[in-house]
Amino acid sequence: MATLQGHTLGDRMPRKEDGRFIRGKGHYVDDVRLPQMLQSAILRSPYAHARINSVDTSAALELSGVRAVITGNDLAEQGLAWMPTLAGDTQAVLATDKVRFQGQEVAFVVADDAYIAQDALELIEVDYEPLDPVMDSRKALDEDAPVIRDDKEDKEDNFIFSWDAGDKEATGKAFDEAEVTVRQEMFYPRIHPAPMETCGAVADYDVSTGQMTIHMTSQAPHAHRTLFAIVSGLPEHQIRIISPDIGGGFGNKVPIYPGYVCAAVASLVLGRPVKWMESRSENLMSTSFARDYHMVGEIAATSEGKILGARSTILANHGAFDAHAQPGEQYPTGFFPIFTSCYDVPTAYAEATGVYTNRAPGGIAYRCSFRVTEAIYVMERTMDVLADELEMDPVELRRKNFVTKEQMPYVSVMGWEYDGGDYEGALQEALRIAGYEELLEEQRRAREEGRIMGVGISTFTEIVGAGPGKKCHIAGIEMFDAAELRIHPTGKAILKLGVKSQGQGHETTFAQIVAGELGIPAENVDVREGDTDNTPFGLGTYGSRSTPVGGAATAVVTRKVREKAKKIAAHLLEAAEGDIEYEDGRFFVKGSPESAKTMDEVAFAAYTDVPEGEEAGLEAVTYYDPPEMTYPFGAYICVVEIDRGTGQVEVKRFIAVDDCGVRINPTVIDGQVHGGLAQGIGTALMEVIDFDEEGNHMNSSFMDYLIPTSMEVPNYELGEFVTPSTHHPLGARGVAESPTVGSPPAVVNAVVDALSPHGVRNVDMPLTPAKVWKLMREHGVEA
Amino acid sequence: MRITVNVNRVMLEAEVEPRLLLVHFIRETLGLTGTHWGCDTSNCGACTVLLDGEPVKSCTVLAVRANSHEVTTIEGLWSGTDLTPVQEGFHVEHGLQCGFCTPGMIITATEFLERNPDPTEAEIREAISGNLCRCTGYENIVKSVQWAARNGSAQEVGA
Repeated sequence: MATLQGHTLGDRMPRKEDGRFIRGKGHYVDDVRLPQMLQSAILRSPYAHARINSVDTSAALELSGVRAVITGNDLAEQGLAWMPTLAGDTQAVLATDKVRFQGQEVAFVVADDAYIAQDALELIEVDYEPLDPVMDSRKALDEDAPVIRDDKEDKEDNFIFSWDAGDKEATGKAFDEAEVTVRQEMFYPRIHPAPMETCGAVADYDVSTGQMTIHMTSQAPHAHRTLFAIVSGLPEHQIRIISPDIGGGFGNKVPIYPGYVCAAVASLVLGRPVKWMESRSENLMSTSFARDYHMVGEIAATSEGKILGARSTILANHGAFDAHAQPGEQYPTGFFPIFTSCYDVPTAYAEATGVYTNRAPGGIAYRCSFRVTEAIYVMERTMDVLADELEMDPVELRRKNFVTKEQMPYVSVMGWEYDGGDYEGALQEALRIAGYEELLEEQRRAREEGRIMGVGISTFTEIVGAGPGKKCHIAGIEMFDAAELRIHPTGKAILKLGVKSQGQGHETTFAQIVAGELGIPAENVDVREGDTDNTPFGLGTYGSRSTPVGGAATAVVTRKVREKAKKIAAHLLEAAEGDIEYEDGRFFVKGSPESAKTMDEVAFAAYTDVPEGEEAGLEAVTYYDPPEMTYPFGAYICVVEIDRGTGQVEVKRFIAVDDCGVRINPTVIDGQVHGGLAQGIGTALMEVIDFDEEGNHMNSSFMDYLIPTSMEVPNYELGEFVTPSTHHPLGARGVAESPTVGSPPAVVNAVVDALSPHGVRNVDMPLTPAKVWKLMREHGVEA
Repeated sequence: MRITVNVNRVMLEAEVEPRLLLVHFIRETLGLTGTHWGCDTSNCGACTVLLDGEPVKSCTVLAVRANSHEVTTIEGLWSGTDLTPVQEGFHVEHGLQCGFCTPGMIITATEFLERNPDPTEAEIREAISGNLCRCTGYENIVKSVQWAARNGSAQEVGA
């Protein structure tokens, strides 16, 4: 933009926040060092299910350097042994009666240093009486299944919830009458977000003032402050949550974990700062998992492939405590009803049952807007099963069923109102980039040569950016988000937000929004987040809500400031306010753009020369409640080749066309898509949290929980597609979760496509070499 | 026991427990928090530093092992004013998001480019394969290293 001396909305601006990270000057929770700070360690259960007869901490307390050992019984005396979960259940902070998963928190040791704290763990004696565990959700409701939650009065089974949505009867009729029906059982395994930084906190209680400051790996600092106030009884104005730089979140840092609570309790008791940081094993074993859904996907269609109805049945494993993250108790399966996705489905029905097992509690929405990942997976896999049944090209089948752009704004049979979209166009672009016809030709040649090559398609719409507040809440707090903008006398700005970056680049993209709306170069806008004392209340960053809600709040607050700036400009130009026009950072009287006042001049006048009747200053705050969610969509194509000898799946190409509406910073968007694709490929090929029958966690370190390295992922081929959102003041949508939603089914569809000549129709993730090798041998594919 | 370590070109003496890990010596004893700790098993590489110019994962090296040796951390790459080409490359090519793996990545890439100033993409991917990144999907990290190779990264670091 000509008048700008810097970057604005839409530019590929290099990130403003990079400077500190590339110098090693990032400031994460584990970097917090306070005078007199103590360290801690948590004693965890070696059993998945056991009664606790006694906990003896006397030897640990005698160890030099140990300051406190807190047990469940100690907490029970304060009424803090149990805490509420986001899903309205209760979760043990420290176990009192029983342990209910391997790795559950049993005791909390505070010591002068972390090594002493670890030594002390070995001196605590716990008398456990092992009980039979329930590890498989399919056995959780058996008559003879051990009851996990016998802490709940009259609880005699492991049932948590049942839920359904859609029209059961009409859908049943569609299936009864259809020419073709398909049904596929599948399992979306338990996985873990595994951000590079684990979870942690430094709680700092000041006995003299009553102030509790908690430095915490929090994706939602304001919501966490309110929850801390409710649970602890501390007055909310004396609780300050500071969420400094976060080393990746992906949903892992949405819930409140026992470690945070224990650190806060210990600081209250000792009057000194107490740090708690998870080890990687603790992270993988205890703080939230994701997915763990057994699903059935069903589609009824005509013999030409036109969908007549869709149905899905879910068995949800929520672990030992229902700590499921969701936008309100009315959504026990999150936004799973989006499963009809980008297709024009006349009738649909989904039902779910949730159960307790002796697995870690959860689950969280790992880089996913509340179970959208599972919903799109079941739909995209079932679509390919239908294509196989009809012997139809999966591309053709999808084209036949897309909601068309002429149908927008489309209201899905499950009640969602889409905000524009061109699914056919996005798919066409993906096919163009892929060279689809040549790819199919290459596949024919590969098969003749004995190579096993597959092409997988996935087309989808997401649903992201919760609220609206009337539909979505966290612990009763409606899901709006806030922005506060202050322009200083020299025209430099500070923007404060209720959302919280974990690496998404907010300091750059939100500054670009201000630049686009007010003409202040993004270089001159500082973005502040993550400190509840110094930012307006918001619900935080997860479910791709930063741009849809926080970004919208930024646009709206900037427009508010612009309106006041217009008043000041009118005064400076000695004109009526109604005659003032704004363009690219300049204010002028209609028809006379040559004598304009710049934003800098107006900002200075706001503090030095305000019109009569106006207050000085140039700032505003907005609490933005979105009218509806946004619906980013995409078309993905994955090309794989499978090693006949080893079963190793190689992702040769990955084409992703994403439409997130108006693009604020295309470089940041590309980066978000890259990262999500790598995570989705990891989900499809290698990531799983599994247990043996005794409840032992089989993937409790990065030796066993494999995430992609640079060797397992390709260079990504991205396309750009822009259909502005009608639900957002800038026309933007969230984007960062689309790739984790859309890529797993594309990879699995490619692998199934590769093996389909041998009769393979489905295989559950992760598609490890061992699993694919076995699958090939079972289907007569020899090395 | 007492150790003397050359850290970022400054000789430092400290009394340490024999079991103290180098990563904790760097982070806790010296307060150099640019070196991160991300796993217990030397898989992730967030703790990568140079020991006598060679990349090591400091979570699986004892601090006493560094006695009379030279350690270079991310703080030692930066002169206080100028960024190295590798640091600049990560910024230009959007090779970082949350920044947690970045110091380890930059250390690894810096030493790699000294050995191999004109690498192929495959060589870069192999060189950084011991450093995990959960955010970027690696493509832009590869580009960052390529940018540094094109823009004269073969400069002296450490020691």
